[in-house]
Parts: sequence; structure tokens; C-alpha cells
Amino acid sequence: MTKTEEIVKGVLSGDRRSIAKAITIIENNEPEAKEIIASIYPYTGKAHVIGLTGPGGSGKSTLIGKIVREYRRMGKKVGVVAVDPTSPFTGGAFLGDRIRMQELSTDPEVFIRSMATRNYSGGIAKATSDAVKVLDAAGKDVVIVETVGAGQSEVEIVKVAQTIVVIHAPGLGDEIQAIKAGLMEIADIFVVNKADRENADKAVIDIQAMLQLNNKEKAWRIPIVKTVALTGEGVPQLIEKIEEHRRFLERERQREKAFLKAEMELVEAIKDKVAQSIIAELKKEGKFVELLEKIVKKEIDPASAAEKFLCEKFGKA
Amino acid sequence: MFDKRKIEEITKERERWERTTLPNWIKQCPERQKEFRNHSGIEIKRLYTPENVKDVDYMRDIGFPGEYPFTRGLHATMYRGRLWTMRMFAGYGTAADTNKRFKYLLSEGETGLSTAFDYPTIMGYDSDHPMARGEVGVCGVAISSLQDMEVLFDGIPLDKVTTSMTINGPATVLLAMYVAVGDKQGVPREKLGGTTQNDNLKEFFAQKLCIFPPEPSLKLSTDIIDYCARHLPKWNPISISGYHIREAGATALQELAFTIYDGIAYVESTLKRGLKVDDFAPRLSFFFASHNDFFEEIAKFRAARRLWARIMRERFHAKNPRSMWMRMHVQTSGCTLTAQQPLNNIIRTTIQALAAVLGGTQSLHTNSFDEALCLPTEESVRVALRTQQIIAYESGVTNTVDPLAGSYYVEALTNEMEEKAMEYIQKIDDMGGVIPAIEKGFFQREIADSAYRYQREIEEKKRIIVGLNEYTIEEECPIELLRVDPKVEEEQVARLQKLKRERDNRKVKEVLEKLHYAAQKDENLMPTIIEAVKAYATLGEIMDVLRKVYGEYKELILI
Amino acid sequence: MQKKIRVLIAKPGLDSHDRGAKVVARALRDAGMEVIYTGLRQTPEQIVEAALQEDVDVIGLSILSGAHKALFPRIMQLLKEKGLTDILVFAGGIIPEEDVPELKKIGIKEVFGPGTPTEKIIQCILDYCSKKSLKMCSN
Repeated sequence: MTKTEEIVKGVLSGDRRSIAKAITIIENNEPEAKEIIASIYPYTGKAHVIGLTGPGGSGKSTLIGKIVREYRRMGKKVGVVAVDPTSPFTGGAFLGDRIRMQELSTDPEVFIRSMATRNYSGGIAKATSDAVKVLDAAGKDVVIVETVGAGQSEVEIVKVAQTIVVIHAPGLGDEIQAIKAGLMEIADIFVVNKADRENADKAVIDIQAMLQLNNKEKAWRIPIVKTVALTGEGVPQLIEKIEEHRRFLERERQREKAFLKAEMELVEAIKDKVAQSIIAELKKEGKFVELLEKIVKKEIDPASAAEKFLCEKFGKA
Repeated sequence: MFDKRKIEEITKERERWERTTLPNWIKQCPERQKEFRNHSGIEIKRLYTPENVKDVDYMRDIGFPGEYPFTRGLHATMYRGRLWTMRMFAGYGTAADTNKRFKYLLSEGETGLSTAFDYPTIMGYDSDHPMARGEVGVCGVAISSLQDMEVLFDGIPLDKVTTSMTINGPATVLLAMYVAVGDKQGVPREKLGGTTQNDNLKEFFAQKLCIFPPEPSLKLSTDIIDYCARHLPKWNPISISGYHIREAGATALQELAFTIYDGIAYVESTLKRGLKVDDFAPRLSFFFASHNDFFEEIAKFRAARRLWARIMRERFHAKNPRSMWMRMHVQTSGCTLTAQQPLNNIIRTTIQALAAVLGGTQSLHTNSFDEALCLPTEESVRVALRTQQIIAYESGVTNTVDPLAGSYYVEALTNEMEEKAMEYIQKIDDMGGVIPAIEKGFFQREIADSAYRYQREIEEKKRIIVGLNEYTIEEECPIELLRVDPKVEEEQVARLQKLKRERDNRKVKEVLEKLHYAAQKDENLMPTIIEAVKAYATLGEIMDVLRKVYGEYKELILI
Repeated sequence: MQKKIRVLIAKPGLDSHDRGAKVVARALRDAGMEVIYTGLRQTPEQIVEAALQEDVDVIGLSILSGAHKALFPRIMQLLKEKGLTDILVFAGGIIPEEDVPELKKIGIKEVFGPGTPTEKIIQCILDYCSKKSLKMCSN
């Protein structure tokens, strides 16, 4: 058996070391990554993938810890992928979400992995999607993806998760209006955490109002769940709603979404490959550095530079 | 403080000096840096003159010792009347080991006790808890039950000494044990004197020994303040601490501002219990660090006293002057000590101790020179104590009150620290107070940034640490270190198990249930906890009940 | 995608002094590494599991309480049992010089005492990883 085959075998049998190694290979985009994904792909599709997002201080990580415990109580196997931003300046990242769930590390049916965005333009690592597949194939019933809490990047979760939970906590200084517009569009469930605080009920009412404003004819009525992550209050109700949504998806748009998802992934893959090969050529002909110098000297802007090169290469776009 | 015309004259002359005398000197001998800024970010001028204190009003801002705003000191005669308490932090091994160290320090002239507990005790675990493995008695004394506490104070009359206990989450339990020991010795409760640190707020962003979430933690701290106000009049229920904030990496200014803000939070919390401010404020106490920047520290202590006095009078409308007193304990800074050339630390500690004395502290602990390596040996702790004694008896600084008052530099710096601290206080007020600020990670971010900046300065040699990044030596001479006997853990566990066998377990179960109920009903827990410790319920058992009710806390991390 | 060096910074035992751990974590991040921080009060089991799941290249153990003699051997033993023997393990904090030889014997590569410049730690990690022929992405 090759090393890759061993890893795939390990993943499929739920071996933690193999899962860890597989995710690393995927993250680093090593040559074996393609083979691994191809081998495990037939075994994916069983896990329910939940995306969880919200601003810092909303109690997201604490809530995830409680959600995982609740699922474990129900006898489910759980995977968690916690995504944090890579510094655009240094290329490094501080991955601190694991802290809130560290006691779960030693539960053999829980697997927690921290990932950095590594400057993927969407803000969520492409590798996250593949990491989720690995956990899915490894037999996890639920995979939770926790994402960075700022910017357009949350909207990218839709590419990975089936149920999207958006968390808000009152009194953070963020008014409801500050909930990024993108989040209102993609949320399947809203959570108002720290519900024991004074303005929690007001937050619920405000979210309801905004939901009505944004209301298109939807088959799924977005619920708002109140939780107190510190004590676990409201978490069983949240899980109930998540399960309800899962059943809804199974009934309604599972197939449709899968096609859409497959299309998006295929288009992305093509884009990636095309960009890669064109840039490789550019570099080979020495044109890349040439263009960079022109851009730095402000003789041309990047978009025009790209267009110029492509026109030269392929004729009018 | 000065005549307007005189100031104008001086300004003119200073400008002349800058034009004529100064440039030659700068040419011959350029200044070592482009600008001199202390770690708090305040620019230190080349020269301070009356101009820098022209708006100071002597009576309003400086005043007389023993009178509002207490800038010059809390007592009219300060050290001419009574020296500060020499209170050396001590604790390791078993209660018997620490009892021995207590008696040694008292015999060498210390004037107050200060107790260091081991990590399991601090976190509310008994010595036989799995998390206690390898930690029992290692960096403090192990106290799991009243039995241990009795041994700790064996032969020490609690009506003749005052004892400080550095304990936060489980402070209720340790205070209850101290009260029980006092009861057994026949000391009336009104005579028990000492301090429980009991400052749970700073745990969330500095010392990190938080057990429960912020709200129940604040409740427990307030329980003690409330109980002491009513039943233990000589006990300082809380030592609102800046030391740990500073050691975690904060600047002197942040230490000042955040500590005072915590004080504000405790006052507000206690007022909510229905007590009047003058009922409890006189017994609030504070705890600061003293670092190497000599004048910054002195200015900080003076600014602290004045700032607190003003806040108590204007924000909280205290009437009793004692409510406006900021009584402080100071510890010289641990994080400034180096493992390299450890004897150098004696000099650092001396400078820091001197700053604390010139700053008017009520109580002082001086670190030992080997503390960057381990707990202090008898020899090294004696030197640390002697440091205080030499300052007290040989240096002459204690013969007058607040000798640095009137220094243009010190008064200007005192003012600037007060002003900038007020800016921080306003900022935190705007955030909604201390708990929202903790949840937003405000303190954590400020402290982490200062800590990182400090480290970078050292690595870039912008900040020189003698023996560390400059004046290093090739080989270090090894010194004697204190090692805690690993058998301590075995002994403790055995004693604990014996206790659990021999006590009245039915009574213990009963009182723990009573405690559970009281905690759920949000009562003041002190009376029930005293009952529990007297029944020999262990620390861990009591804390487990509270953990069930309040939940456990995981910190917000910002690097 | 490029390979990144992944480092686990852990605080074993009850010691709550995290200033150094956080300064080191930040320095490593600024040097382009991915740093996973466990938070305070970790058992050896939790630390080793985290190292396994995060597939780290390096583990940094920070301890100032003196409990290293009890905790480090357990950590090294668990790493061995799980087959995680190619991870660089270093330690920092308050660890007396006389304890270091024993710690090195059980597999702790370096002990970085108080005052160690973060550059030194970074270099140690880079040297180790380049020897393991990992390419580091630098910005």
C-alpha cells in the first residue's frame, strides 16, 4: 500500500492520525491531495455540515463547545473545523478557537482542527471544504465549521455548509443593523446568545424586523433561538432547529444544492487551473517580472496589465 | 503655584538657555536618544521647570499629608510615626513547612504575614485532585482543609499579627478557615486583622486564575466585602490589584487606570447590596507593582492616591475621609528580575523598593534575587527583608514626609499620569463598564500589545536589560536553589484521605447541600462557608458545589 | 498553497502565567507560522491529542510553576505512544538549569529560559523544519 492509500484507509476507518495527515496534505496542496479527495469522495455526503459565524465576543466558540457536547450526548460523532484569518503581512496565523473546546480533545469521537485562511480571496480556506469532506468520510455525523467574524468572508461559508447559523450577542456595541447584509441573506438560523442580558429580547425583536424586511418567499422560516452559552441554556432547542433544517434540506433542495455546489466547485477548479497555467507561462517567458516592474513604477495598473497580456496571448477577450 | 509674571520670566530665560547654552553641549555630546519616552508612552523632557507645574494649585492638588486629596500621604506623619509594614510573601510545601518560614520571617523582623498558596489551592482543587498532580506545595502552601490551616498558624496568635492571603476564586473559603482558626484560638472576630486579595475582576485579564464567569466572580468578591463590613471590621476584604496587570505586560499607566477602574466596579457592586459607601470603603485596599523606572513609579503612587480620593468624593460622594484613603501594598516587580547574573536583582529590588517608599506605601514586599529561578531560599529572602530595613533605618528617606513633593518633574509626571488615567477611565465607562470591556477583550488587547512591544524593544536593544542583552557574561555561576520535596504531595494526599475518613461525613454532606441551596438563592455565602469549613468539608468539595451552580470559565484569548 | 510550519503552544498544569507564551505565539505568527494555542490548564492528554489532531511540527511547552518534572515526562511518553516522535518539542518558563539535562534526555530538544530572545526560538524551529525538508512560506 502506498502512503496515500494508507492514509485513505485510515480516514475511512476513523483513525485520527490519518485524518490529521490528510487535512495537512490538503492544506498544503501537496500532489497527494487530489488522489485523497478522489478516493474519499464517494464516501462523503452523509455528514450534516453546519456553518457557524458571528462577531468576536458573541460567545461563538463557547457555544460550539456546548453544541458539540449536546451532539455527543445524542451519540453523534462530531468534527469541528475552526477557521481564523492569516495575516496578510506576515503569512502567519494565530489559531485560538480550540481553547474553548480543549476538554473535548480527549473524546475519541470528536475531532477538532484549526485552519488558517492562507489568503484565499474568499476568506475561508478552500481547503476547509476538503477538510470537511475528510471528516465526513471519516464517519462524522456532524461537522461544524466556525469562521472568522468579519467581512464578506462569512458569505463564503455557503459553499461549505448546509445549515448556516449566525450568532449575535446583545450589548457588544454592534447594533443589529451592523449585522453584515450578506449574513442576513445566508442565515438559516439566528442565535441570540447571552440571552440572560437585558437587551436580549430587544435583539430578538430587531432581528425579526430585519428578517421581515428581507423577506422573500422562502420555504424555510428562519427561527431565532435564544441561548446562554456559558450555562448551555437554549442549546438543546438550537440543536432541534438545526435538525429540523437538516430534514427540510433533505426533503427540499438537497439535490438542487448539490448540483449547484458541484457546478461552483467545478468552475472554481477550472478557474484555478487556467490561472495557474497561464501564470506559469507568463513566468516562464519572463513576462511576469516585467509586468510587475511596470505596475510598481505605476506605468500600468494590474487589471489593465492582465487584460493587455491576455489580449496579446489570445486575441480580443 | 507660581506668579504668572515669574513664569513668563522663566520661560524667556529657558528659551534663552535653549538658544545659547544648550546647543554647544548638544554638539559636544549629543543626547543618547532622539526622544526619551517612558514605557507608558509619556515623553520625558530634558528639563522640568516651574513652567511645567504652573497650573498646580498647592492646596488643591498637593495639600498636606493626612488630608484630602492625600497626594502627600495618608497619614500626617507617615514614616516618622510608623514605618510601612514589612510583609514578605511566603509559602511552599506543607502547612508545617510554611509555618516554619512564617516564624523565621517574624523572627528576622518582618511585621506582617503574607501567604502564598499552591496552584491547586488557588484553583479550588484539593491536593488529591487529578489536576493537582505534580503541583502540590510547589509554588505555595497546600491548604485543602481547616486542618491544614490550623497547622499553618500553629503557634501564631491571630490577635497579634495581621495576615494577607493571596487568594481570589476560593477567597471565601480561605477567609472562612482563617475565621475558624481565630475562633479556635479564642480571638474575638472584631480583632482579626488581615487581607484577602479577593480581586476576581483582574483574574480575567491579568492573573488568569478565574474559576467562575465574571458575574458570579464579582458576586463572591462582593459577598466578602459585605460580610466584612458587617462582621469583620478589622479585615481588609479586598486588595484591588494592579501588580498582576503590570506583570502581565501592562504599562504603569495601564496598571494605574485598570486597577482604579476595578476599584470603581467593586464600589458600584457593593453599593447595589444596599450598603452606604462609608460603611465599607475605608477597608478597601490596593496592591501595586514597583518597577525600575524610578520616578514613573513614584508619580504613579502619588497619582493613584489623589485619583482615588477624588473619585470617592466626587463620583461616589463619600463623606468619611477614610473612605477616600487609598491604602496600598506594593510588591517589587518579579518580571524585571533576570535569571542571568541573579545578584544584580538585589539592586533592582532596592531601586524598586525605594520608589515604593518615596511613593508612600503602607506595606511592602521585596522580591528575593533568586526568584527568576525558583522560590526564595532562607538566605535570599533575608537579604530581601534587609533591603527594606536598610532603607528604613539607614537611608534617611523616612525622616520627612513625601520628600519629592515640589519636584517639578515628579509633580508634572504625577499630573500627567492622573490625566491620562482619567482618559482610560472615561473610555471604559463608555464601553459600559468593566465586564463589557472584559468581554470585548479591551484589557487583554492593551496588555498583550504592551507586552509584545516591551519584548521587541529588548530584542532590538532599544531597551537595555543589564546582564540580559548587554553586559552579559559567558558562564553563569550556579547558585543554591530551593527545591520542594516531592514527598510533600504524598504526605498531603495521605492526610487528606485520613481526614475524609475520620470526619463526620453526614454533617459535611448536609452543609454542602445547604451551600448549594444558598448559592442558587443568591445569598451571601460567607456564613454557610464558615459552617462548612468547621465541619471539615474540604476546599475542593466546597468549590465543586459553586462550580456546579456558577459554571466554569474559559478565557477570551488575545495575543 | 504553501506549506506552513504549525506550532502548538501549550500551558501544562495549573500555572496561569501566560505573558511569555502569548509573546512567543505572536512572534511565531509574525514569522509566518501558524500557531495553535491551547489556553491554560492543560493535561498532558489534552496537549498530545491537540498536537495529533492539528498535525503540528512543533510543540512549545510553557511552565513557570515548577511542575515540569511531573508533567513533561508524561507528555513525552504519550507522544511516543501515539507515534508522534518527529515533532520538535521545546520548553520555556522557569526551569532550573540543573533540570535541563534530564529533560533533554526524555526528548525535549531545547529549554529556552527567561530572557531568551524570540529570534532564537524562531531560528531553532526553522533549522529543525528545514532539516525535515519542509519548505516555509515567507512573506
